[in-house]
Amino acid sequence: MAEFSLPQNSKVGTGTTHPAPGGAKRTKAFKVYRWNPDDGKNPVVDTYTIDLDKCGPMVLDALIKIKNETDTTLTFRRSCREGICGSCAMNIDGTNTLACLKAIDDVKGDVKIYPLPHMPVIKDLVPDLEHVYAQYRSIEPWLQAESAPPPDRERRQSVAERQKLDGMWECILCFCCTTSCPSYWWNGERYLGPAILLQAYRWLADSRDEKTGARLDALEDPFRLYRCHTIMNCTKTCPKGLNPAKAIGEIKQMMVARR
Amino acid sequence: MNEDTRLRTPLGRAVGLGSAKEGVAHWWAQRVTAVALVPLVIWFVIDIIALTGSPRGAVVAWLHAPFPAIATVLLLIAVFYHMALGLQVVIEDYVHSEWLKISAIVLNKLVAFALAAAGIFAVLRIAFQG
Repeated sequence: MAEFSLPQNSKVGTGTTHPAPGGAKRTKAFKVYRWNPDDGKNPVVDTYTIDLDKCGPMVLDALIKIKNETDTTLTFRRSCREGICGSCAMNIDGTNTLACLKAIDDVKGDVKIYPLPHMPVIKDLVPDLEHVYAQYRSIEPWLQAESAPPPDRERRQSVAERQKLDGMWECILCFCCTTSCPSYWWNGERYLGPAILLQAYRWLADSRDEKTGARLDALEDPFRLYRCHTIMNCTKTCPKGLNPAKAIGEIKQMMVARR
Repeated sequence: MNEDTRLRTPLGRAVGLGSAKEGVAHWWAQRVTAVALVPLVIWFVIDIIALTGSPRGAVVAWLHAPFPAIATVLLLIAVFYHMALGLQVVIEDYVHSEWLKISAIVLNKLVAFALAAAGIFAVLRIAFQG
């Protein structure tokens, strides 16, 4: 059956508290999920109180500050710090989002930070994304056409055809949506999840692609596609403001249209 | 991760047994029965409320007429078809032991079929015998 409680070795305890430095006027507590694969212990939540007057505005600034000044063992992914690489996706204040786009001031009370939900954890805030990446590979996310491109130019597309890709090419594959989806939590082994289905639709909607039929064949499955029950967590959580639920709806319409 | 798939490649695990190449019929039937149920249920509820407190003879006479009899049979078909489709989705969502899942899905279909048959039989008996 679906598991509704954490397994014994995943129960979260209370960890270390790091108080704010003396003289700090404006402080904020960050409660951060910690798990180390090497010490054989259960995960804990550590508390770091930081001086907001000596910290940048975003949650990622606070995490970097903690790692630099308080606890170098804190582990998380980050790269671009401007919402385009998708590395710092995590669960902040109960919502999946990018730490670099989430303002500290937007969080009332303590800032609770956990890794993306229901993924295997590698360490602290770093989830194992191997399976979602494999699922992404499985939909063959590249242009496929029998016809050769014109010898003297690129494959052409009208402005209207190109506009159909808007709202999809912007996806940065941070997997905030996929890991917010209860259907993906229960059946992620087979259900492709919103991020991958959005990408699948990105190629279905591409006027230059000629493998639409084969792509639909590969998606038509009670688990790969039809586990989506329009829960809409994906669209609600997307830090880029995209609408994976709509893309999945479009795929379902295509399935009916070709019958 | 499952012990017997530990050494497979991530892509091998993601692809699994491949696409079932079905699911659209189930999904579409669920929408169609849902749409059919909207007028049927509204009609049925209104008529049943109107019959509240009526003697047995009046209710039998109501179901004896062609339109209520046919519409009630259609309602029973749509209700139990829709129920079977919906419950199957719930089972697939939450039951993860393979043999339990398959038995539950089969049982669900058989029970829905039996309930529909019993309901339709009851309506026809009143419709034809009064």
